[in-house]
Amino acid sequence: MATEYETVIGLEVHVELATKTKIFCGCSTAFGAEPNTQTCPVCTGMPGSLPVLNRQVLEYAIAVGLATNCEITRYAKFDRKNYFYPDNPQNYQISQLYLPICRNGGVEIETEEGGVKIVGIHEIHMEEDAGKLIHDDWEDCSLVDYNRSGVPLIEIVSEPDMRSAEEVIAYLEKLRLLIQYLGASDCKLQEGSMRADVNLSVREVGAKEFGTRTEMKNLNSFKAIARAIEGETQRQIDLIESGEKVVQETRRWDDVKGESYAMRSKEDAQDYRYFPDPDLVPVAVSDEMLDEIRAKQPEFRTEKMKRYKEEFDIPDYDIEIITGSKHMADLFEAATALCGQPKKVSNWLMGETLRLMKEREIEAEDLRFSPENLAKLVALTDSKAINSSVAKEVFEAMFEENVDPEKYVEEKGLKTVNDEGALRGVIEKVIAENPRSVEDYHNGKEKAIGFLVGQTMKAMKGKADPAMVNQMLKELL
Amino acid sequence: MSIIDMTAAELAAAIREGKTTAVDAAEAMLERIEEQDKLYNCYVTVDAEGALAQARAVQAKIEAGELTGRLAGVPVAIKDNMCTAGLLTTCSSKILYNFVPTYTAEAVRNLQKAGAVLLGKTNMDEFAMGSTTETSAYGVTKNPWNTEHVPGGSSGGSAAAVAAKECFYALGSDTGGSIRQPASYCGTVGMKPTYGTVSRYGLIAYGSSLDQIGPLTRDVTDCAAVLEVIASHDEKDSTSIERQDTDFTAALIDDVKGMRIGIPNDYFGDGLDGEVKEAVLAAAKTLEDKGAVVERFDLSLVEYAIPTYYTIAAAEASSNLERFDGIKYGYRTKEYAGLHNMYKKSRSEGFGEEVKRRIMLGSFVLSSGYYDAYYLKALRVKALIKKAFDEAFAKYDVILGPVAPTTAPRLGSSLADPIKMYLGDIYTIAVNLAGLPGISLPCGTDRNGLPIGLQLIGDCFQEKKLIRAAYTYERARGAFPTAEKEVG
Repeated sequence: MATEYETVIGLEVHVELATKTKIFCGCSTAFGAEPNTQTCPVCTGMPGSLPVLNRQVLEYAIAVGLATNCEITRYAKFDRKNYFYPDNPQNYQISQLYLPICRNGGVEIETEEGGVKIVGIHEIHMEEDAGKLIHDDWEDCSLVDYNRSGVPLIEIVSEPDMRSAEEVIAYLEKLRLLIQYLGASDCKLQEGSMRADVNLSVREVGAKEFGTRTEMKNLNSFKAIARAIEGETQRQIDLIESGEKVVQETRRWDDVKGESYAMRSKEDAQDYRYFPDPDLVPVAVSDEMLDEIRAKQPEFRTEKMKRYKEEFDIPDYDIEIITGSKHMADLFEAATALCGQPKKVSNWLMGETLRLMKEREIEAEDLRFSPENLAKLVALTDSKAINSSVAKEVFEAMFEENVDPEKYVEEKGLKTVNDEGALRGVIEKVIAENPRSVEDYHNGKEKAIGFLVGQTMKAMKGKADPAMVNQMLKELL
Repeated sequence: MSIIDMTAAELAAAIREGKTTAVDAAEAMLERIEEQDKLYNCYVTVDAEGALAQARAVQAKIEAGELTGRLAGVPVAIKDNMCTAGLLTTCSSKILYNFVPTYTAEAVRNLQKAGAVLLGKTNMDEFAMGSTTETSAYGVTKNPWNTEHVPGGSSGGSAAAVAAKECFYALGSDTGGSIRQPASYCGTVGMKPTYGTVSRYGLIAYGSSLDQIGPLTRDVTDCAAVLEVIASHDEKDSTSIERQDTDFTAALIDDVKGMRIGIPNDYFGDGLDGEVKEAVLAAAKTLEDKGAVVERFDLSLVEYAIPTYYTIAAAEASSNLERFDGIKYGYRTKEYAGLHNMYKKSRSEGFGEEVKRRIMLGSFVLSSGYYDAYYLKALRVKALIKKAFDEAFAKYDVILGPVAPTTAPRLGSSLADPIKMYLGDIYTIAVNLAGLPGISLPCGTDRNGLPIGLQLIGDCFQEKKLIRAAYTYERARGAFPTAEKEVG
């Protein structure tokens, strides 16, 4: 019988915090500015410049720590990690090694079998991001953009508690939601505001010792992570089965080719010469500060789901989807508060919103329409000012440009015509022009009326209430 | 009295009273620098044009009544490791031969706000590593008392410029004695304030946990006045301390009655030159005569200060100096094959011997497997040294001792034996390790006519006690001779 293997996985997750300014200076963290326009002596490593900790970074790190059941270090320190690379202007990164801000936490995830499992969190530490190197093949040189240098990160280091790609993704989803709910980051894998490195080893089922692990980098989507885990598990099993050894090394995942290659082995590992940064004073977390952050913790998903079930008459499935994104939950709650129609708001989100998101490949966090406009749209359909097909057209415009539905309907002249006299004239004309359908109807073909309704709607350019048309047709026939 | 012979306080008063102007003072100094700095080499950069422009602007403000401070209009020299916007800042290193900062160090800004006129940037040991100013990439500075001797270091250019009257006062930085020792060798007053009193923002770091900017002046009055201006709480420096007691000139009081002064036996052991010992003890006697209570005691652990200091300072320096890599500014080697080779060649060619020695030492003590045995242990000893001082200051207001074991050595006699040079820091470095304030002031000359310095050490935030004791001693001592004999 073939040997059965177990995959052991731990994650190092980097999350870019959503602060307005950088971790150690006042420069903006806004994404996409011209190179080196969001820099100062501090984040470009000019001689004589000194770092000063952005308090918001500390608050976010503690908030994430509390949300993941960590112990908060009351006397934390920053350390320098020394290595030479041009994207690192001081040639050391300010990070935390000896006294990280959070330790010994964990989060619950649901397993495939429907059970619950805790993934331990070894530590969470604060650190600064590096700049970006741009290789210019044309000029054959490299250029550095320090706009990203000093952007605050937290690194969440898990225990090696995960056993499958599904568990890894459940864990990442859990972290992503917690952090999004805290407003500490938008956690977008594609844009790099959430990055996961996978530490993976395999061992025979039942073995006590861990196998030799590798670290996989460059994983930019949940799909890539799942594929990389499968690929690496198989690669390690193949090595073991063929009598070779797994080498402790860092590997880079190539999602296009669907394979990984070695970046550096343990032997090449640098000595980072970590030591406490003498330019920063130790971080003392007071009881008051902890209480303050605790008091500000938001309602997380589990609590929100429970509350929705009690407050709103919408299906569980809807609740799951809506609370699966902080932004969507916010949209739902705000629009519902304005129009008082949870079911209808939910229908718009579950129907047209999801459809267009899929079509346009947009994430929930990037939805641009406001809850005010969504509430207005619900009100317009409620009052029968527009019919459902017009409403869909209006929604699409709102989805794209966040247009005001009232103004849009007004400007485009999309209001339903409820004037019976005008409608009667049109219907009479349709009856006169379609004697065969009229005859069919009178011969008992109920369906024929559908064709006549359609012709009327067409003549009305869609601006009629189909139910009213149906009613009047029946009367006139 | 000629302008150049005035103290900073006297000059400022004369300018306020309209007897002279900031422009006259700057011109007189620039002329003197032009005449004699070829001999002494106190300056790396002289900014004649800038100084005159500042002097004119400051004079206009003084006349308009907008600048009334104690130092308004007085020309100053700045050690070349403090950033000055638009003005070359080299740290006396080849690796920063072309570095022009975009911003000005906070301490210098404080001076400028008070109406100081910047004459230029003074020579120093490369990156403040050295005790003689001989490790500068821009030539040695000579001691104005005797040009065959060193001025001390690392703030040798600043101390020599004050002694040679090429400025009215100067700023230096002190990591292990770099203000107090050259002040002693050059017969000037020099003070290292409590760590955190003067912002380090814009001071190019050597040993970040030990570095502190301070004044070099012609007398104690100027020292208090300058410290009062440069001391500030700066949010840009996390280690800066908010103090309410920075009116240091209020401590210029000629009275030490009842002041408890401790003389550590450890500071008078082997290796201390006989003439230095005699002069320092005579100064102690002078203070006793003025009413101080003088007592001998044992300050343990001082012998561990040197290895502790060189471990911590070198460790921090090895990391602080990583940013000088030829990528962003400063020296880059001409030819190279790839990134790694560019780093290696730029740094090998850009740094001098002493700097490379300390980078290697620092990298070693931080490397994995040695960190606990060296760096961590040094931090523990540092804490014990602080404790020993705490115990001493429970009994004494001020600790009195020599600044250095000898007077200024001959040029070229120190670098050959770095260990011996390091041992010369024995009386100054414990003060940095404990974060304490210390002042050096002249208390005599040796048989060759070279100045001897007296060191007074205070508890944290007790600069006022030091100023009071130093001022009282200075009054009792009387005028000290000046160094201007060689100027022809």
